[in-house]
Amino acid sequence: MKAKVYVTLKPSVLDPQGKAIHHSIELLGFEQIKDIRQGKYFEVALDASLSETEAQETAEKIAKNVLANPVIEDYRVEIVD
Amino acid sequence: MKFGVLVFPGSNCDHDAYHVVSKHVGQPVDFVWHKQTDLSQYDALIVPGGFSYGDYLRAGALAKFSPVMNAVKDFAAQGKYVFGICNGFQILCEAGLLPGALIRNKNLHFVCKHINVKVENKNTPYTSELGAGDVLSIPIAHAEGNYVCDDETLQQLEENNQIVFRYCDENGETSDQSNPNGSRSNIAGICNLDRNVIGMMPHPERACEELLGSNDGRDIFRSLTKAIAAKN
Repeated sequence: MKAKVYVTLKPSVLDPQGKAIHHSIELLGFEQIKDIRQGKYFEVALDASLSETEAQETAEKIAKNVLANPVIEDYRVEIVD
Repeated sequence: MKFGVLVFPGSNCDHDAYHVVSKHVGQPVDFVWHKQTDLSQYDALIVPGGFSYGDYLRAGALAKFSPVMNAVKDFAAQGKYVFGICNGFQILCEAGLLPGALIRNKNLHFVCKHINVKVENKNTPYTSELGAGDVLSIPIAHAEGNYVCDDETLQQLEENNQIVFRYCDENGETSDQSNPNGSRSNIAGICNLDRNVIGMMPHPERACEELLGSNDGRDIFRSLTKAIAAKN
């Protein structure tokens, strides 16, 4: 069982790296790109004995306490087999 | 009176802090390895700059799980002094000892230069020997020094006079031009409500000798020493 954890900056937090990436992409000629926000993606391998609910709870705890800083970031957890 | 300088894997300003305390403050000081959990012999702890745990995940994010950090929280709760500098400030924010967070500099650069900060609050144990509005020349050296917090937190910081230093020009004017990293409201250093925990991005320990270009950092350490002496 695997948890996919997506960590993104809160919409109110400036993302200077995303802005720089956006700028480079514009230079390539992709003028129709409106904005780019950079985030982090984690794959957390979980013990197969966990139920989906337990896996979700475990991954949420890890995301909240370690992978994301809730002051500046949001997170989203997806459990996959 | 005894100082401790925390050492995490990747700390690299620990020796500078140790040097300043032993040489300029003239007080006993120990390095405190991050696995230590007994801090009872110390009056003040310096959380030094560097790249604890290689800045993996987020600057300061992994250091907060070091064994010493639970002891640091108890230490701070007892009203003892915790002084975070640069990576130390990032660690204290990650650990929840100070509000807000430090993200990538607005211009994306690692900025390493002398900047000016204005003393916004002289009524703290770290600034009592300074004058309100004094402008200090202190170096910064960071890529993640952009202080962010939500509106409510900023309002609380303002109302409770927790903003200790702001980036400014040589005349003490705060503006976007004098803000080296995009920090909200030009914030360079803040303290907690009880004033015993402080964090700042500039490095006062690198500004204690004329040979290094400035000794404006000395009064911060002198203030702290005076506060400890008054308490003991």
